[in-house]
Amino acid sequence: MNDFTFAIQDRGLQYVGATRIEGPLVVVERIRDVGYDEMVEILDTNGQPRLGRVLDISETQAVVQVLEGTTGLSNQTLRARFLGESFRLPVSRQMLGRVFDGLGRPADGGPPALSADCRDVNGMPINPYARRYPREFIQTGLSAIDGMNALVRGQKLPIFSGNGLPHDRVSAQIVRQARLLEEQTEFSIVFAAMGVKHDVAGFFIRNFRESGALARTVMFFSLADAPSVERLLTPRVALTLAEHLAFDCGQHVLVLLTDMTNYCESLREVGTARGEIPGRKGYPGYLYSDLASLYERAGRIEGSPGSITQMAILTMPADDISHPVPDLTGYITEGQIVLDRDLFQRGVYPPIAGLPSLSRLMKDGVGQGYTRNDHPTLASQLFAGYAYVKRVRGLADVIGEEELSALDKQYLKFGEIFETRFLNQGEYENRSIATTLDLGWEVLSLLPRAELHRVSDELLQEHYRDQAQIAVSGAGPSTED
Amino acid sequence: MNAAADLARGVVTRISGPTVTATGLTGVQMYEVVQVGELGLVGEVVRLIADRATIQVYEDTTMLKPGAPVRPTGAPLSVWLGPGLLGNIYDGIQRPLPGIQAHSGAWIQRGEKTAALDTARRWTFEPRVRSGESVIAGQAIGQVAETPLVKHRIMVPPGASGTVRSIVAGGDYTLRDRVAVLETPAGPRDLTLLQTWPVRTPRPIRERRRIVEPLITGQRIIDTFFPIGKGGAAAIPGGFGTGKTITQHQLAKWSDAEIIVFIGCGERGNEMTEVLREFPELKDPRSGRPLMERTILIANTSNMPVAAREVSIYTGITLAEYYRDMGLNVAVFADSTSRWAEALRELAARLEEMPAEEGFPATLPTRLAQFYERGGAVTTLAGERGSVSIVGAVSPPGGDFSEPVTQHTRRFIRCFWALDTELANARHYPSIHWLHSYSEYVEDVAAWWEKQSPDWGELRTEALTLLQREERLQQIVKLVGSDVLPDTQRLILFIAEIMKDGFLAQSAFDENDMYCTPERQITLLRMILTLYRRGRDLIQTGVPLARLRELACVPQVMRAKSAIGNNEPDKLAELEKRVSEELDALAKEFSKKGQAP
Repeated sequence: MNDFTFAIQDRGLQYVGATRIEGPLVVVERIRDVGYDEMVEILDTNGQPRLGRVLDISETQAVVQVLEGTTGLSNQTLRARFLGESFRLPVSRQMLGRVFDGLGRPADGGPPALSADCRDVNGMPINPYARRYPREFIQTGLSAIDGMNALVRGQKLPIFSGNGLPHDRVSAQIVRQARLLEEQTEFSIVFAAMGVKHDVAGFFIRNFRESGALARTVMFFSLADAPSVERLLTPRVALTLAEHLAFDCGQHVLVLLTDMTNYCESLREVGTARGEIPGRKGYPGYLYSDLASLYERAGRIEGSPGSITQMAILTMPADDISHPVPDLTGYITEGQIVLDRDLFQRGVYPPIAGLPSLSRLMKDGVGQGYTRNDHPTLASQLFAGYAYVKRVRGLADVIGEEELSALDKQYLKFGEIFETRFLNQGEYENRSIATTLDLGWEVLSLLPRAELHRVSDELLQEHYRDQAQIAVSGAGPSTED
Repeated sequence: MNAAADLARGVVTRISGPTVTATGLTGVQMYEVVQVGELGLVGEVVRLIADRATIQVYEDTTMLKPGAPVRPTGAPLSVWLGPGLLGNIYDGIQRPLPGIQAHSGAWIQRGEKTAALDTARRWTFEPRVRSGESVIAGQAIGQVAETPLVKHRIMVPPGASGTVRSIVAGGDYTLRDRVAVLETPAGPRDLTLLQTWPVRTPRPIRERRRIVEPLITGQRIIDTFFPIGKGGAAAIPGGFGTGKTITQHQLAKWSDAEIIVFIGCGERGNEMTEVLREFPELKDPRSGRPLMERTILIANTSNMPVAAREVSIYTGITLAEYYRDMGLNVAVFADSTSRWAEALRELAARLEEMPAEEGFPATLPTRLAQFYERGGAVTTLAGERGSVSIVGAVSPPGGDFSEPVTQHTRRFIRCFWALDTELANARHYPSIHWLHSYSEYVEDVAAWWEKQSPDWGELRTEALTLLQREERLQQIVKLVGSDVLPDTQRLILFIAEIMKDGFLAQSAFDENDMYCTPERQITLLRMILTLYRRGRDLIQTGVPLARLRELACVPQVMRAKSAIGNNEPDKLAELEKRVSEELDALAKEFSKKGQAP
């Protein structure tokens, strides 16, 4: 047994020694007046402080999760000081333009954020009765998103990607171009990086700087070489600041969280260390609730002009969309943008998969009064047409393209042009919604009029163009396999 | 609850997330409600070992400390039942969300104590019995017009019966006012507009009845192909993005039940907001009144405390049973039962219970059965007919139907609407797959449908057979293409296409299409099958399929669902006539050709 003593310090009691250190967990005994989820400062042999929090507390012992790792801690000599409150972040508008570490401490050499307003980083659930339904269309300038999977203000729309796919470029482009149709209001950006590499963080910083967004961006970095447990707090810290900016300062905030897969892995690590019963693929059974406690911190509320729009980026291990992380994310978020390796390899940028991508709130933010009356129909018909293209391609793989019927060949042509003209665009090409929709009709007009079952006669009359009128240029990359 | 003050106070000894252990609660019972800590967080006793009680707390336990007080209330978790429930939105333990907002703003703080119903509001009570009359449990002693749609009966609570000693005259009363005194064998008993009921106990009934009437939902694929009866139980399983919630919303909007209870269990906050925004504006197709007047919402969104998610299902079903006891047809929509099962799993893990399949507790099937069995068509205590239909959404991980929640749910429901990712990807909604779904209520409700149209059973079977054959033909088409098939088989592909676009797919946003009356469903289906039957005969006589495809009526039939409204039966009849005429003309042309030398 260790020799437990405690010494009175200026701030609360300090306990010396721990009974057990295991993974990120430290068990401290004979404690007094400690609360669940209370913050703890653990001092190592050199007197360096590390932050932790109480995961389980009984009359005699506290289980503390050390956020900055337990490397170098000794169970004989460590000292623990309980801070008397749960993890809080001082929030203020002055934090815009700054860079912080994963726990909200300055990482740019500047002074700590000064504010009397300290918020519990776990936040509180928004009363569903007090929510305002998101309806305002955000133009991202990307046809694949605006035309087919429109984003609205206050939505949470993640990007499901894979290793090596250009999710960073796509999200940087969205951040650069996103704006409302009527106003020129620009988003404040809260960027949280969890377990990403230094060069990825560097890419985003460069991008924010180039587009002049740096002054209205706050960054929280818990990079790949930071202790993994720290990542569990990073998105919470970022969202706490976002809530302040949106609902207290009335700003429109775009929150980028990358990469959620790393976050979930940290959660698994802690769960395993605590000896919890694992669920699918070793992830804890509460992964859904835990992710929801992050994703649900998006939206709009009554009585505040601000909003939080969330884009979480996650890489699907082995491109598997049924992996627990994308699967549970998809169940919580309002749709998903899926990047497709096949399109990417054929040189289509952004490689946004036509069929599995979805925006659930699109129906409420497009059409008459929002974008254009033909928008919903056009999107629906493009989806139907492209779904058929996928079937024809499957057939062509078996019997060869020559054997296809004339109609099916026409569909193949449509599919190819759809991908190279509609989906494909430049990384700095910012298309207006009108351009996107007109382009959509142009592509749709490659199909016989009678095939467009989902379009009413009036809309066909207005938008369908006869073949002769169209000169489809061969712009775009080669589609040869 | 004056007794509560005398009950022993306990002390918190351990906190681990929503699970709290306390000692010193002598005499506390299983599932009794206790108040934990200085804030009085609401919790429920879920385990008792010696003098140690394990408590499941419905609110966040951050900064709760060992040594904090625990106060028992002496009662199990109960809901308030009385006028004012309709049109309201509650959290999982029946705290009204508008009240919480008025009290503490947009965020839900801890330790909120807001009464479920407004005790100051006065309701106009009309007595229906006289003093001296003898009454039984469940019988109405009077009624209150809760909304223009619903007459709320004030009933003798279960377990009480006797003679009415006195009853007030018609007039305005609050929920707490005594409206009648009952002389019972156990002594006099005051009756008010309000009663309570513990949520984990089913409300008693006289007997269960056979299900004979369909719950008309206005959704063609459901009503025509996979109907649910009033008092039935159905499951909607589907991976993310397949449209579970939209389908549930559609059903909650258009079902011909008199009361709708919608339980948002561990789902998105914005979805509840959407219902709140939309339902007051939408009109019931039968009465023309706002749909919100017959709806109760229970919202425990995914970021609200997980223990309250577990109980929200019981809160919802108890409210449903209460309205059923008034002799009404109630439909309960639970979105999603998977999140509820996950709450069970999470809480069981905190209690260190031995896990069964995929970490779910071994009691999962029992709990699911208990929930679905609270539905049914019944004779109430007062001898009237009422029903509770249950539709539960299931969210299988990875869209895999072989996981435990989907599999166990299948055992306790009789109607399975399988949502399909491929259909959803092609934006074919509702994405209910016609070959993977089933309903065991078809036999039960066939008589009702055949009263509308004697050929209903025949049309239904023929259409399903056709879709089945199409699926088989598609396998061949995938290998060799459709060109090599003979016209008779290509006709099947052609008609199936019309059926999918013109009948099975239904838009939730198109004004004419969102709700389809039973009559219109039958006519649309008959029209498509007429094309098939006569088309088959024509092809036999040598008419090429291409000529059938070119008929002017074909696109009109496909778009009839949205081009012709529910109240325009003449236009639909006209189209039906046109279909016959065009087919006649084609037949005539080819019979001439056939006779020509």
